Amino acid sequence: MTDPDGQVIVGLEVHCQLDTKSKLFCGCSTDYRNDGPNTHVCPICLGLPGAMPALNKKAIEYAMKVAKALNCEIVNEAEFSRKNYFYPDLDKAYQITQYDKPLAEGGYLEIESDEGGEKKVRLTRIHVEEDPGRLVHMGNAERGKYSLVDYNRAGIPLIEIVSEPDMRSPKEARKFLNKLRATLEYLSVFDSEKEGSLRVDANISIKGSERVEVKNITSYKGVEKALTFEVTRQKNLIRRGQKIDRETRHYLEARGVTQSARSKEQEHDYRYFPEPDLRPLRVKSWVDSIVLPELPDARRERFMKQYGCSLSHARTLTGELKLANFFEQVVREDPHGLSPLAATWIADTLIGELNYRDMSLDRVDPAAMTGLVRLLKAGTITDKSGVEVMRVMLDQRLKGEAAETPDAIVKRLGLTKSAGDDGALIAAIEEAVNENPKALEDYRNGEGKALNFLVGQVMKKTRGKADPAILNTMLAEALKKRGV
Amino acid sequence: MAGTIVFEPDDRYNAFLSTATAGPQGSGTLSGVMVAVKDNISTRGIETTCASKILKGYVPPYDAHVVGLLKAAGATIAGKTNLDEFGMGTTTENSAFGPTLNPRDTSRVPGGSSGGSAAAVAAGMVKVALGTDTGGSIRCPAAFCGIVGLKPSYGRVSRYGLIAYSNSLEQIGPLGRTVSDVSTLMGVIAGYDRHDSTSQNKPYNHTPKADIKGLKIGIPAEYFGKGVDPDVAAVVKKAIGRLEELGATTVPCSIPSMEYALAAYYVTCTSEASSNLARFDGVRYGPAPDWKKSWHDAFQDVRGSAFGAEVRRRIMLGTFALSSGYYGKYYAKAQVARRNVREDFNRIFRDVDVIAGPTMPTIAFKLKEKSDPLSMYLADILTVPANLAGIPSISVPCGTSQGMPVGLQIMGRMFEDERVVDVAYAYEQAVN
Repeated sequence: MTDPDGQVIVGLEVHCQLDTKSKLFCGCSTDYRNDGPNTHVCPICLGLPGAMPALNKKAIEYAMKVAKALNCEIVNEAEFSRKNYFYPDLDKAYQITQYDKPLAEGGYLEIESDEGGEKKVRLTRIHVEEDPGRLVHMGNAERGKYSLVDYNRAGIPLIEIVSEPDMRSPKEARKFLNKLRATLEYLSVFDSEKEGSLRVDANISIKGSERVEVKNITSYKGVEKALTFEVTRQKNLIRRGQKIDRETRHYLEARGVTQSARSKEQEHDYRYFPEPDLRPLRVKSWVDSIVLPELPDARRERFMKQYGCSLSHARTLTGELKLANFFEQVVREDPHGLSPLAATWIADTLIGELNYRDMSLDRVDPAAMTGLVRLLKAGTITDKSGVEVMRVMLDQRLKGEAAETPDAIVKRLGLTKSAGDDGALIAAIEEAVNENPKALEDYRNGEGKALNFLVGQVMKKTRGKADPAILNTMLAEALKKRGV
Repeated sequence: MAGTIVFEPDDRYNAFLSTATAGPQGSGTLSGVMVAVKDNISTRGIETTCASKILKGYVPPYDAHVVGLLKAAGATIAGKTNLDEFGMGTTTENSAFGPTLNPRDTSRVPGGSSGGSAAAVAAGMVKVALGTDTGGSIRCPAAFCGIVGLKPSYGRVSRYGLIAYSNSLEQIGPLGRTVSDVSTLMGVIAGYDRHDSTSQNKPYNHTPKADIKGLKIGIPAEYFGKGVDPDVAAVVKKAIGRLEELGATTVPCSIPSMEYALAAYYVTCTSEASSNLARFDGVRYGPAPDWKKSWHDAFQDVRGSAFGAEVRRRIMLGTFALSSGYYGKYYAKAQVARRNVREDFNRIFRDVDVIAGPTMPTIAFKLKEKSDPLSMYLADILTVPANLAGIPSISVPCGTSQGMPVGLQIMGRMFEDERVVDVAYAYEQAVN
């Protein structure tokens, strides 16, 4: 019997839309997301009788960039094939893809392993193909259900990156995907924020059992969720002494579960054969002329060296192109002075606040962030006030209100850190001590906790403006005055 | 624009599926010339059916590249001609809209699949026409109707807008009463087109020359052997004798790969067709299916009822040949056989300039004579080798057998379309 606690084995097939201006085989614009259905179409991407594909050179160039960045070998001669199947979103009833002669083979991507440190996930191949159209399901139970077809997406260039089964947990799969996304974005060939720009199929097994293919994963978080569900499901089956079927399952994003695909769907015979309307692709010689930009790993090393970031901060900050660019913009005026605080405040605080609001980094003004870091660096406000200022900044952006500078927010809310001779702080301490004789008594009896309580009370009264170090000294002095 | 041209044909042979009664007359090489276009070539605003019920009512929103070239040369599109459904046939009987009759003898077929184009030219309704040739579909009807037809080298004419039957084999080409007319039309349609990745930058700027002194002609034994009507063979041999009188010499040769040529041809064309025709699933073309049924049942209904028997047969054959487990036995093998044919031609063309033989093994069949598909497929044996190899081939009338025209076929080296035209022209000038 298979060990239910056996090794988890994961391999991924990742489909990414290449961010070209025009489609893979025609001149139609790929910028269709804000337009009505079937507005970015022509005889070619509609698959009208007689229309023929003409390859977009840019798409091949983008795919080769990816291949080079992922250390793949470009083959001497690649070929397009037809994958034949009937589905209403597939206008020609075949997809032009690459089958036995993909553009690139081999290669690897380095990720942070679960055990810490870097590990290489090997790649099997990268191939280029066209996206099908999209079905839009309409109607309801009373009026009947029907589907409409939108071919705007038909012919958008995709690359499929196939990995070897080298990942050992759902978490590693997610890390692979995040790293892959970062790499593609650094290459400027992919826009992860476009809806539907990424689709993942995952193969997962417990060592010694059959593998299951999970299809239809469309988000980065979805990969980890779907695979975690599968691990639990498969391990439970093994524990109960049941066999795992080799099958295809669909991931239902809304419910976070996988569901067995109907067996009919697994019986596809795609009848691949070489696409007779396109010539073989001999592009290996282009490789040398492709210049790669700085990639995530190199940038991470640079952030550690140049800005003194910790490995963890550098990893986070360079894990997304926008974030890395944002950080460098924030610290540009004074890299040496601002970097240590900026790294923490961006990698730890800002990301958390953005996630909480489901807000994009695009909406944060780097200059405002610089202003905030400067206030913190100068000791004008406390960390607690810093968080408050950041929240006000983000909420103003989110609500579309006029954006105040961090300085203005501090002024308006009176968040300037209390100085030692500040009457307000002295008054707050007096009040806190007078209102809490019990705490005073406890402190007198040697209970240290009571001091913390009093600090908290003062903080409350000053709305966090008090510098904790100063507050502690002043409170101790005030207590000493009372002979405690 | 040089005004309007009026067209009132008497289509007693059912050559046309649709005709223009009048059209604009442009200026250029073909100013004032009415050109008939086979109905598998897309014409903007003019219904294009491929002689299939499944495309009834389909009006392309774009012109095939060659149609654009015709218009630019001042030609007027006379109408769309009948064909075997999607080009699948050798008689033009497999049309959903009735057969075309041979103008030379209305009890006989005009050949196919470009039978409508050939009949329209032979009957004098138009001067020239466009056909398409996948396995002989220009040359066969040219031979049967007694006119000239050229299958250009693969890649010389853009296929953009040609509703594909078998992409790797077919070419659009000209049909006309004389070699000169065919040559003129070829000059208009040939050349590179960025929309067809298989097209070549080899324009055709040629005026036929009748001088063939010193020309070496290969005579393959297979073109005069089993299955070839002796009377047809005799007429063709006599015509080749005429070429010798004009200063050419003949060299016997052999194309051993022909043994597998027909099989390779039918596996390739049916495989490609099964994929090309899969898009006709009832969603975008043809009669709407009963969408209350499941998707699979609904599209099967449409395809079962709107395609003709021969089309269904070829789709099934091709689907089988591409199936998992059979691909290697059929499609892959067919490509090997195809390479062998190409190599045989390359070898022969090291010693000779052109190859000559009959276009068809017999004269035009009687209507309904070829009811058995296999015997119909066998009739393509002399024309498919040129498609498998991609080389140019022309059929020129060279006499009669039982009162019906016989075609002399001249095949040439890849991209030497000019040479096969010259040889046909030399013959035509000598006998007229």
